[in-house]
Amino acid sequence: MIPEEINTVEQLTDKKENTVISIGNLHKSFGKNNDVLKGVELTVKKGENLVVLGKSGSGKSVLIKCLVRLVEADQGEIKVFDTDITTLDNNALNAVRLRIGFLFQNAALYDSMTVRQNLEFPLKRHSKELNPTEVEEAIIEALDSVGLADAIDKMPSELSGGMRKRIGLARTLILKPEIILYDEPTTGLDTITSREISELILAIQKKNKTTSIIITHDMACAKLTGDRLVILKEGLIVAEGTYEELEKSGDEWVRSFFN
Amino acid sequence: MVIYLKSIFNDAGNVTLFTARFFKEVLKPPFEIKEFIRQCYTIGYKSLPLVGITGFIMGLVLTLQSRPTLAEFGAESWLPGMVALSLIREIAPVITALICAGKISSGIGAELGSMKVTEQIDAMEVSAINPYKYLVVTRILATTLMVPLLVIFADGIGILGGYIGINIHSDVNLVRYFSQVLASLDFIDILPATIKTFFFGFFIGMIGCYKGFTAANGTESVGKAANSAVVAASLIIFIIDMLAVQITDLFM
Ligand SMILES: Nc1ncnc2c1ncn2[C@@H]1O[C@H](COP(=O)(O)OP(=O)(O)OP(=O)(O)O)[C@@H](O)[C@H]1O
Ligand SMILES: [Mg+2]
Repeated sequence: MIPEEINTVEQLTDKKENTVISIGNLHKSFGKNNDVLKGVELTVKKGENLVVLGKSGSGKSVLIKCLVRLVEADQGEIKVFDTDITTLDNNALNAVRLRIGFLFQNAALYDSMTVRQNLEFPLKRHSKELNPTEVEEAIIEALDSVGLADAIDKMPSELSGGMRKRIGLARTLILKPEIILYDEPTTGLDTITSREISELILAIQKKNKTTSIIITHDMACAKLTGDRLVILKEGLIVAEGTYEELEKSGDEWVRSFFN
Repeated sequence: MVIYLKSIFNDAGNVTLFTARFFKEVLKPPFEIKEFIRQCYTIGYKSLPLVGITGFIMGLVLTLQSRPTLAEFGAESWLPGMVALSLIREIAPVITALICAGKISSGIGAELGSMKVTEQIDAMEVSAINPYKYLVVTRILATTLMVPLLVIFADGIGILGGYIGINIHSDVNLVRYFSQVLASLDFIDILPATIKTFFFGFFIGMIGCYKGFTAANGTESVGKAANSAVVAASLIIFIIDMLAVQITDLFM
C-alpha cells in the first residue's frame, strides 16, 4: 500500500517535471468581434515536437505569440518552465524569453544588417563573456548547422526565401534555446528544401534535446517532425493525436487535412 | 467629428506615453553607443549636402531680395547684418528643420514602420533585446543632437551665400563682410534660436519613431507612417517656433 502511494507521487512529480509548456483556458480577442482564441488547453512535454495544424487565420501564430508575450493574453494561464509568464515583470520575462527561440513566419531578419550581424546581435548582448573568436565560432557553428556558412557576409535582401528561413533558424539556434517555436518553417518552399528543413528540425530536436511547437500547413513536415499533432479550429483545440491516429480519424473534417 | 476628436486625443495620449518612455529609458544602462553613433552619421552627416545647398540658396536669395528695399533707404551697408540676423534667428532653423522633417522623420518612420510590419521589432523583443532602447532612444538622441548642428552649418553656409549675393552687385571684401555680420549679432539672438533647434530635433526624431513604431500591420502602413510623420513633424516645428517667439518676447 505504502510503496504504491510513493509510486504515484513520484509519477505525479515526474509528469510535472516533464511538462515544459502548459496552457490553460487561453482567451484572446482583437477588438470586439474578433475572438481568435476561446479557451485553448495545451501541454507540451520535454523533448517533444508538437505540431499545430489549422486553417489560415485560425490563430496559430497568435497562440505561439502568447507564449512569449508578444501578444498579451486576455485570460488564461500560460506556464513555461513552471512559471506563469502572464504575470512576470519585464526582467523575469526576458529571462524566460532567452530560453525560448522563435522562428517567425517570414524569418524577420534584420534588413539593415548582414547575416553575420544578424547572428551576432542577440549573441553579443546576452553572452558578454565571449571573446571575438568565440563569437565567430558560434556564428559559424550555427550557420553550419543550417548549411549556409558561405552566406555569412550577405545582406538579407540577397537571400532567397528558403535561405532566409534557414538564417532565421540559425539566429534562433545561436542562443541555444530549450524551446523552439516554429511558425510555418516550410511554407513557400519547394518540396526538397521543405524536406531539408523538416530534417533539420528533427536533427535539432535530437542534438539539443529541445522542445518544439511547429505550426505548419505542410503535411510532409508534420508527418516527419511531429511526435504529436493538434488541430486548432475556431479558437479551440478540436483534435489531438499522432499523425497516424488523426489520419484515420472518424471526423471527416480532421481527415481533410491529410489529403 | 466626435470620432475624429477622439482619435486626436487618443493619439496625443499615446504620444505622451511614448515620450515618457523615452525619458525613463534614456538614462538606464546598457547604452547603445554604437547604434547612436551610426545614427548620428546617417542622420547628421548624410544630410549635410541637402542642408548645405538649401542654406546657401537661402542666404543668396535673402540678400538679393532685401537689397532693393534697403537700397531705397540708402541703408545698403546694413545688408550683411540683416541677412545674418534673419538667417540665424528664424530662417535657417525653420527651413532646416522642415527639410529634416522631410528627410529624417520620414526616413525613420519608413524604416521603423517596415521593421514593425516584417516583425523585426518583435524578433528583437523575443530575443530579450529592448527594441525601444535600441531603435527609438538612439534615434531620438541622434536627431536632438544633429539637427542643431545642421542648423549651425546652414547658418554658416547661408551667410556665405549672402556674401556671394552681395558681390553680384557690388564689391565687398570678405573680412569686412564678416566683421559686419559679427557686429550685428548678439548673444541674445543666438541663444534662443539654438535652444529651439534642440526641440526641433527632439520632435523630428520622436515623431518619426512614434509613427514607425506604432505602424499597423500591412505594407501600406509603412508609407502611411512615413507620410504622417512628415506632416506631424512639420506642424510641430511651426508650433514650437511660435511658442519660442512668445517665450523670447517675454524675456526681452
Ligand atoms: N496584431 C493583431 N491585431 C489584430 N488582429 C490580429 C492581430 N494578429 C492577429 N490578428 C487576427 O487574428 C486572427 C488569427 O491570426 P493568425 O496570424 O494567428 O492566423 P494563423 O492561424 O497564423 O494564419 P496563417 O496560417 O495564415 O499564418 C486573424 O483573424 C487576424 O486578423
Ligand atoms: Mg500564422
